[in-house]
Amino acid sequence: MARAFTPKVITANHLLEGDVIYMTDTGEWTRELCNAVLLTDEADADLRLLEAQQQVDEVVGVYLADAKTDDNGNPTPTHFREEFRRTGPSNYFHGKQAEA
Amino acid sequence: MYQYNDFDSAFLAERNVQFRAQVARRIDGSLTEDEFKPLRLMNGLYLQLHAYMLRVAIPYGTLSSAQMDKLALLAEKWDKGYGHFTTRQNIQYNWPKLNDVPDMLDALAEVNLHAIQTSGNTIRNVTADHFAGAAADEVADPRPVAELIRQWSTDHPEFQALPRKFKIAVSGAIENDRAVIKAHDIGLYIVKNDAGEIGYQIVVGGGLGRTPMIGKTLKEFVKQEDLLSYLEATVSVWNLLGRRDNKYKARIKITVHEHGIEEIRQRVEDRFQLIRPTFGGFDVELLKEIETFFANPTFKSASTDTYTAAYDADPLFRSWADANLATHKNADYSIVTISLKKHGDTPGDASADQMRAMAELARLYGHDELRISHEQNVILPHVHKSDLPAIYAALKEHELHTANIGLISDIIACPGMDYCALATARSIPVAQQIATRFDELKLEHEIGHLQIKISGCINACGHHHVGHIGILGLDRAGVENYQITLGGDATNSAAVGQRVGPGFAYDEIVPAIERTVQGYLELREDENETFIQTFNRVGMAPFKAFIYPEAQANAA
Ligand code: HEM
Ligand code: SF4
Repeated sequence: MARAFTPKVITANHLLEGDVIYMTDTGEWTRELCNAVLLTDEADADLRLLEAQQQVDEVVGVYLADAKTDDNGNPTPTHFREEFRRTGPSNYFHGKQAEA
Repeated sequence: MYQYNDFDSAFLAERNVQFRAQVARRIDGSLTEDEFKPLRLMNGLYLQLHAYMLRVAIPYGTLSSAQMDKLALLAEKWDKGYGHFTTRQNIQYNWPKLNDVPDMLDALAEVNLHAIQTSGNTIRNVTADHFAGAAADEVADPRPVAELIRQWSTDHPEFQALPRKFKIAVSGAIENDRAVIKAHDIGLYIVKNDAGEIGYQIVVGGGLGRTPMIGKTLKEFVKQEDLLSYLEATVSVWNLLGRRDNKYKARIKITVHEHGIEEIRQRVEDRFQLIRPTFGGFDVELLKEIETFFANPTFKSASTDTYTAAYDADPLFRSWADANLATHKNADYSIVTISLKKHGDTPGDASADQMRAMAELARLYGHDELRISHEQNVILPHVHKSDLPAIYAALKEHELHTANIGLISDIIACPGMDYCALATARSIPVAQQIATRFDELKLEHEIGHLQIKISGCINACGHHHVGHIGILGLDRAGVENYQITLGGDATNSAAVGQRVGPGFAYDEIVPAIERTVQGYLELREDENETFIQTFNRVGMAPFKAFIYPEAQANAA
C-alpha cells in the first residue's frame, strides 16, 4: 500500500542568489518558510510542483519538502535538514538567521 | 613554483570566457538547469544547502603569497570573509552568487588559479605530500610529477567522461606517507630501485566513500620515462571496464575488486605496451622542464641562536614548536604547520585577514611558499629557525598559533549538514565540541598523537574510515546519529577503521569520544605508546568496555 500523503511545501534554491526559497499560495516565491503554502492534497502538490519546475530561469532544484503546521498555523519543518535550510549553518551566524 | 606559459594562460582565459557565456545563457533562460549543471560542475560550481559553493583547485596544495592574497580577496569581495580549506587541498567558498562567479574565476586566473576539474567524472586536482620539497625524509619532491600529471590530465580528451571521478595523489616519502596515498584511485610513491634510479611505485584502487578500500600495489617500479604512458594505460583500462551501469560501483576500486589485481595488471601491461611508443619522449622532456620550476629556494645561512633562546625561555613558544614544527632537509630550517584548528573554531576555515597574514609571513620568512595540507592546515615549508620566534608572534596576533598539530583537536571535518546538500548529519559542531572539551580538560598534549576524522555522510569526504577515531554522521529516523570507528590508519600502513557498535545521538557523541580516550589512557603501556599502537595491541574489546559501560554493567 502506498504511504499516506503527508503535508508538503514546495522549496528550491534561487537561481541567482542560490538561497532557499518557498512557494506561496499565489505561486510567488518567498524567502521565509512561514509565508509558504502548506499543501495537504497530493494531487494538488504534484501539479504545483510541475508548475514550479517550469520556472527554470528563476529557480533551481525544486522539490517537495515535508512540513507541518506550527502553533501559529505556519508551515514548519519536520526534519532537521529542512530546519537547517530555513535557518542557516550552525557554526556561523550566517544565512537566513542573519538576514531576518 | 610552476609558472604558466602562454598556452596555459590562453587556455584558462578561453575557459573563463566560455563559462561566462554559459552563465549568461543560464540566466537568460536559454540553458535549463539540466543543461547547465554539468557545465558549472566542470568549473567547480556546486549548489549546496544555503547557496552556491565554488571549489578552487590548489594543485598539489602549493600556493605563492600572491595566490593566497587572491584567495583572501575572493573571500572578502564575493563571500562572507572566509574560505574553507578541504581534505582535497582545495578551497571552498560557501556563499558566492551565480552572477559573480565568472568574475571570481577571472580574478583567480590573474594568479594562475582555477576551478577546472574540481568536480565531475574527470581526473581531479592532483594532491601531494604537503611537506613536498622540504621534508628530510623524501626520496624526491613529488610536485614536478604532480604538475606533469596535472598537465597531462587537464582537458585530456579521452578522460573527460570517465565512469566516475578519479583522484591521484603523489608522495616522495614512502616511509612517512602524509598524502593518504592508499586511499586514492591511483597513488604514487616515488622510490629508488637497487640501481639508484628514481621511479614510481603505483598503488591502485584505494578509496573511501560507501565502500572503503585500501589501494593495492599495481606495479612495484615504473621508470620515470614510462610513467605517463603507464598511468594513461591504467586509466584507459578502467575507462572501458568501469561499471557505468551503477555509480556506486563505478570507481576503480570496485573494478579492481571485481576483476582482481592480477587481471587488471595484465590488461594495463598490454595496453601500456601498445601506447608507450606513442609518447615518444615528450613527457620526459616536459618533466625536466617542470623540475626547473621546483628548484630549492636559496637557503640562507645564519645563526639559529634566537630560536634556541626563545625555545628555552618561553614555554608557550616551546609547546608550539614541539607540536607544529617538522624536520626540514636543511638542518637550520624548519617546516612550520599553521593550525587552522583553534579550539572551538571550524576546522579548515581561514578568514581573509588570516590568509593575508599567512601570505605575508611566507613573503617575509618563507621564500614565498605556502602549502595546504589534506589535514586542513596551512604550511610554511621553508623557514629559517632564526625566524621562528617572529613568526610565532605574528601568528599569535591573528589567532593562528594553536599548538595542536597531530593532536586530538587537529580534527578533519567535512562541511556536513551545515552546508552540504548530501549530508545526513552535521560534522563541524562535533569537531568544535571535541576540541573545546579536550582543551578544557587540558589533556591533549598528554594524549599525544591521535587523529579524529569526521564525515557527515557515507561519502566520507572527512576521511573517517582512516581516522584513528572515525566519526560518521547518519540520519536515523530523522535524528542525527554518530557511528564511531577505531583503528583506521591514513599512512603507508593504511587500514580502514572498525565499527565499535551502535551509534550515538548528537548530544552523546562527545562523551562517547571522551570515554574512548579515557580508555586509551588507561590501556596504554606508557605515554610513548600512541592511541593507534594501543588499539593495534589490545584490539576492540577493551575499548568497547569503555565506550559502552552500561552494556558491560548489564552483562555483569
Ligand atoms: C558540495 C560538497 C561536496 C559534495 C557534493 C561531495 C560529494 C562527494 C561524493 C558523492 C563522494 C563519494 C564518491 C564515491 O564514493 O564515488 C565524495 C567523496 C570524497 N570527497 Fe566529497 N563532496 C563534497 C565536499 C567535499 C569536501 C569539502 C571535501 C574535503 C574536505 C571532499 C573530499 C572528498 C573526499 C576525500 C572523498 C573520499 C575519497 C574518495 O573519493 O573515495 N568533498 N564526495
Ligand atoms: S561526507 Fe557527505 S556530508 Fe560530508 S562533505 Fe562529503 S558529501 Fe557532504
